[in-house]
Amino acid sequence: MAKPNPTDRRYSREHEWALIGPDGTVTVGITDYAQEMLTDIVFVELPQMGRKVRQAEAFAVVESVKSVSDIYAPVSGEIIAANTELETRPELLNQDAFGDGWIARIKMDDPSELDVLLDAAAYSEMILQESH
Amino acid sequence: MNKTPLFGRHEALGARIIDFGGWAMPVQYTNVIEEHHATRERVTLFDTCHMGEIDVSGPEALPFLQKALTRDLSPLETGQMRLSLLVNEKGGILDDLTVYRFGNDRYRLVTNASTRGKDYRWLLALREKTGYRGVDVTDRSDAIGKIDIQGPRAEGILQELVPVLLKPLTYYSFLETSLGSVPVVLSRSGYTGEDGFEVYMASEEAGRVWDILLDAGRAQGIRPAGLGARDTLRLEAGMMLYGNEMCESVTPYEVVYGWLVNIKKDFIGRDALAQQKQQGIRRKLVGFQMEDRGIARHGYQVFRDGVVIGDVTSGTFAPTLQRAVGLAFVPADCREPGTSLTIRIRKSEARATVVPLPFYRKEKKNEFYNTFI
Repeated sequence: MAKPNPTDRRYSREHEWALIGPDGTVTVGITDYAQEMLTDIVFVELPQMGRKVRQAEAFAVVESVKSVSDIYAPVSGEIIAANTELETRPELLNQDAFGDGWIARIKMDDPSELDVLLDAAAYSEMILQESH
Repeated sequence: MNKTPLFGRHEALGARIIDFGGWAMPVQYTNVIEEHHATRERVTLFDTCHMGEIDVSGPEALPFLQKALTRDLSPLETGQMRLSLLVNEKGGILDDLTVYRFGNDRYRLVTNASTRGKDYRWLLALREKTGYRGVDVTDRSDAIGKIDIQGPRAEGILQELVPVLLKPLTYYSFLETSLGSVPVVLSRSGYTGEDGFEVYMASEEAGRVWDILLDAGRAQGIRPAGLGARDTLRLEAGMMLYGNEMCESVTPYEVVYGWLVNIKKDFIGRDALAQQKQQGIRRKLVGFQMEDRGIARHGYQVFRDGVVIGDVTSGTFAPTLQRAVGLAFVPADCREPGTSLTIRIRKSEARATVVPLPFYRKEKKNEFYNTFI
C-alpha cells in the first residue's frame, strides 16, 4: 500500500507533487503511488540547472528495470536545484518519494498555476479510482 | 488474450499482468530485481506454459528433422536435448528451439510462444515439400504445460519430490518420472544462466505441480518470478530472445548462433548460409556495457562519427552486474571487445564498449554441468 499523501503539498494528475517552501520556491517529486507503480527504479535523469520549464513539460526521466517514464513539471519556472543524490542512489525514490527522493526545486513563475493542481484529498481519490 | 492454466494463480498472487505476444502473462509478482536475485541466490518458479511443444514422430522423423533444422541431430540420444534453429531458404531464423529425443523415432520440439503456430505450419508445409509423408507432426502446445524451476536450490527441492536421482542428470539431458503422482518430463535446462529444470506435464496438472513446488520449496525461499526477471536473467547470461535479437531477416552467423549451423549436412537454408559463411557477414550482434550513465534499450540507435551504424536489440539495468548492459547489431568491423560505441539515449549521446558474452556466468558448482550444449 502506498504511503498517505501529505496534506502540505499539491499534486498533478501525472503523479508529481509540488511543495511550496517558505522562500516561495517549489520542491517537486513523484508520489509514493507513482514509485509503487514503477517499482524498482534504477535510473534518474535530472534536469539541468538553470533550465526553464513550463507547467506539464517533461523535465526529468525515471527508469525502472522494465520502463522509461517522463516526469512532468507541476509548475512553470527555472530549475534552481536538482537532487544529484539520485544519480548514485535512484532507490531513494522507492524508499522515500515524498522526502529524500525529491527530484528538483523550481523558482516558480506564476503561483496561480498551483490552482490547477489537486490537493491531497482529491489526489488520493483520483488514484483510488485509477487503481480500481 | 490467451491465458495459461496458471493465470488464476498469478492473479491471486497479485502479479502485474502484461500482454506478451497475445498471452496474458505475469511480468512481476513483487519487483523484478528481487525476483532476479532470488533466482541467482535461491530458487524461483516461472510459468512457461505459453511456450510451444510440437511432437515429430515416425520412422522418418530423424531425416525429416535433419532437413528442417540447422544442427546435426544424429548424435542425439534418447534422453538428450539440443538447441537448434529453424531457418528459411535464405537462412533467416524462423525460430530458436530445443529438440528432445524421447525414443528411436520420437522427438519433441519446444518452441517460443510467439512462433509456435508459425513453426507448426512451416513443418507441415515442409513435410509436403520433402515427401516425408509418414512423419507425424502434432502441435501439442495446448495439451502440455511447462514450469521452469531455476536457481541453485532447484535440484534439492525437486529431489525431495521425484523417485529418481537427479544429480547424474547432466545439462541438456532429461528424464520421464512422476512428481506427486503427476507424470512429468524434467530436463536440466532453462533460460536464466543458473542451474535448474524445465518441467513438463499435462496442462490440467500444471496448477497441481505449481502448488507442489511452491509448497515444497517454502523452506528454501522459493518464490514465483515473472517475465521481467526472466528477461534480465537471460540477458545477463548472454541468451537471445526471438523477436528482439532474431527475426526472419537475421541469420545465425549475424547473431551468436553460428555454432548451431552444420553446413556439412543438407537442410533448408544451407546453401544461403554456406554462401554467407564464405563471403562473411556485414553486421554482427555484440554485447556492450554502458560507460556513461543511462540505460540503452531496444530500438535505440548506435552511432559512430555521427552516423547511425546499428541498433540496440535488448538493453537493461543488469541487477547482478549492477550496471547497464545490452545487445546490439553493429558493422562486423566493430565486433571486437574493447571497441567504443556511441548510443543515443533520448537527446544525449552515451558511450558504451563492446564486451565479450556472456555478461554473467554462474560458478560451476555442479560437477556434471557441461557448457557444450
